[in-house]
Amino acid sequence: MKPEELTAMAEKARKQDAHFSHHIHVCTESGCVSSQSDVLLKNITDEVQRRGLKSKVCVKGVGCMGLCCNGPLLKADDTMYQFVKPEDAGAIVDSLASTPVAELVCDTKQPFFARQKLIVRENAGHIDPESLADCVAHGAYRALLKVLTSMTPQQVIAEVSVSGLRGRGGAGFPTGLKWATVSKAGGKTKYVICNGDEGDPGAFMDRSVMEGDPHRVLEGMAIGAYAVGAGQGIIYVRAEYPLAVKRLTRAINQARREGLLGHGLFGSNFDFNVEIRLGAGAFVCGEETALIASVEGKRGMPRPRPPYPANSGLHGCPTLINNVETFANIPAIIERGGKWFATIGTEKSKGTKIFALTGKIKNTGLIEVPMGIPLREIIYDIAGGIPDGKAFKAVQTGGPSGGCIPAEHLDITVDYESLTKLGSIMGSGGMIVMDETSNMVDVARFFMEFCMTESCGKCVPCRVGTYEMHELLDRICKRQATMADLNLLKELCDMVKQTSLCGLGQSAPNPVLSTLRYFENEYLNLIQSSPAGHTGDGDHHVALEVLS
Amino acid sequence: MNTPVDITTESITLQIDDKDVSCRKGETVLQVARENGIDIPTLCYMEGLTVWGGCRLCMVEIAGSPKLQAACATVCMEGMNICTKSPRLENYRRMIVELLFAERNHVCSVCVSNGHCELQSMAVKLGIDHVRFAYRFPHLEVDNSHDRMRMDHNRCILCSRCVRVCAEVEGAHTKDIKGRGVLAAIIHDLDQNWGESSTCTSCGKCVNICPTGALTHRGTAVGEMTKKTTFLPYLTLMREAQL
Repeated sequence: MKPEELTAMAEKARKQDAHFSHHIHVCTESGCVSSQSDVLLKNITDEVQRRGLKSKVCVKGVGCMGLCCNGPLLKADDTMYQFVKPEDAGAIVDSLASTPVAELVCDTKQPFFARQKLIVRENAGHIDPESLADCVAHGAYRALLKVLTSMTPQQVIAEVSVSGLRGRGGAGFPTGLKWATVSKAGGKTKYVICNGDEGDPGAFMDRSVMEGDPHRVLEGMAIGAYAVGAGQGIIYVRAEYPLAVKRLTRAINQARREGLLGHGLFGSNFDFNVEIRLGAGAFVCGEETALIASVEGKRGMPRPRPPYPANSGLHGCPTLINNVETFANIPAIIERGGKWFATIGTEKSKGTKIFALTGKIKNTGLIEVPMGIPLREIIYDIAGGIPDGKAFKAVQTGGPSGGCIPAEHLDITVDYESLTKLGSIMGSGGMIVMDETSNMVDVARFFMEFCMTESCGKCVPCRVGTYEMHELLDRICKRQATMADLNLLKELCDMVKQTSLCGLGQSAPNPVLSTLRYFENEYLNLIQSSPAGHTGDGDHHVALEVLS
Repeated sequence: MNTPVDITTESITLQIDDKDVSCRKGETVLQVARENGIDIPTLCYMEGLTVWGGCRLCMVEIAGSPKLQAACATVCMEGMNICTKSPRLENYRRMIVELLFAERNHVCSVCVSNGHCELQSMAVKLGIDHVRFAYRFPHLEVDNSHDRMRMDHNRCILCSRCVRVCAEVEGAHTKDIKGRGVLAAIIHDLDQNWGESSTCTSCGKCVNICPTGALTHRGTAVGEMTKKTTFLPYLTLMREAQL
């Protein structure tokens, strides 16, 4: 595709859009589809057709609008509707010419929408992820065009460095620094990998980005590839996200057909291709070295680092590996500048972060907020607080690798440093809110069970350590444990954290450590109320005979 | 200018346990320590095979680094100051070996490798006399289908030496690992019986390299040591016939 063709494509799509006097946008992401938004979309299309309004009303499926708990969500011109059933289609089409259907209206001025700041999700709810023309009309591939026609790779890396963007996958490594390292690594062949193996329980940010704006991810990857000198990209998506896979495949095919992927993009000498690889259900494949092994067709197991993938990654070549949300930030940074991006957020954590709110809160769904927002504002204003008059107890951030934050720390700001200081992590962005009825030892046991079944089995501390930690937690929960068991649990947590091979094992004890830090009483209560609570040293019989 | 610098001849000096040592660039901490008579315990490491980094017994402290590093996978750098023995490290190592004992059914008294088992001698070396963790006592099978060798999953510690020697040295890649976590296990071909494997060359390298009694030659197990007492009635009969 030539530069002027992109502009022409956008113009054409905008002109076509201007013919419509009304727009109906129906959410077609997994959450709303599970409550029949696909049937709703079809019904609305049929109703519009039946009324002969096809040339006046534009009906399209769009990405997630955020408030998933009230889905299916639908936007008819400027009115948002919630809990829309397929049979409401007629009423909504009729309302276009008259007054809105009052009982279904969703207030878009409520804090849930008003307090958000959208960068990555700016087009979600506006574009049809399955239509390239619609995406281009909303600015897709404009940043790539700018990069290929007016910037050197060094300038791109400098811009990303200035922005202060940090990896959104969890660890928060500075993206600009990673890109610079890969670009400086020797070798002709380099790869770009987009990590879409989002596996934390209760996290669905990346799924939403891939389903709602797949071209944004491709564009971010292409810019990254240009910056580091790579020609081949791979998107690693978990197979449990069939809709994301379908949308990405479609997006790649569209982009390839229009020459937005392939040889000599926009008349430059830059070639870039993308292929999709599906994960087979292992959580550990979100770890970069395990992911690379999986892409190579090997068993998905991590290997010791260094060498880091930046020097020796896929097939031994330098590999840039970033998370979906990280790549999706790139087009905005290029278009509006790193300095603009750096004005959002805190001193060390820039930009916005998408969080998946789940658990005991009124509004569950996806939010994008600036870094540094107080946790209290997320829980009480955006999420609407705890339902049924219950009291807030804790919020688990970072999934099984993270920790819980209790009520006394609700006033902290949400950024990489302050969460780490409290013994949790930013993680990929899952937030699970718990109320006073939750048993924190049980919470720790739940996450430990997850880590135990997801351990790859390569290193002993993680493979057997998570099993034994789960066993000890289980005994505490069942009131069968002694103080010696608790001490052993603490010792085991320390050992597993210090000696495990990869991030899964090193962070597996975090839920235990953080619940112990803030809710040790709950552990003690369970132990003291157990029959064996006061006696017993917790040792097991000796079945090992060693030669002396 | 035309002669390229051979990086392997570049030498490095560092300290291991307060001892000044030198090595070639690219050598690992474990190699250099062993060259200098400093013992670092390992179970999954085997010279001649790729580094696995799974047993985590060779974890060492490096001054200035907050994280422990596996000596087998850490390349020496100029000026490194490494500590291979500390109360903390020995405690971790003991725990790791205890975990291995708790994971499967390791009963030395009836084991074919009793007395020449690396897991057993590691326990002795680390002074382990009891296990603090709950035993799993899993129900595991013995693969007795191969006509010359035997795989007893009860005694396997998943060090993957057999997998690596089979793939990297013999070139057969008969063995691999299935499953996750404590349910991981060594398999042959597509999880078939060993005797039905079409790729196994019966070379026996895996048996010789196995640190425990998980892989053995047939006929060496305690239960297979039968006594032939039938000679006595025969001899008695012959003697009586001569009289």
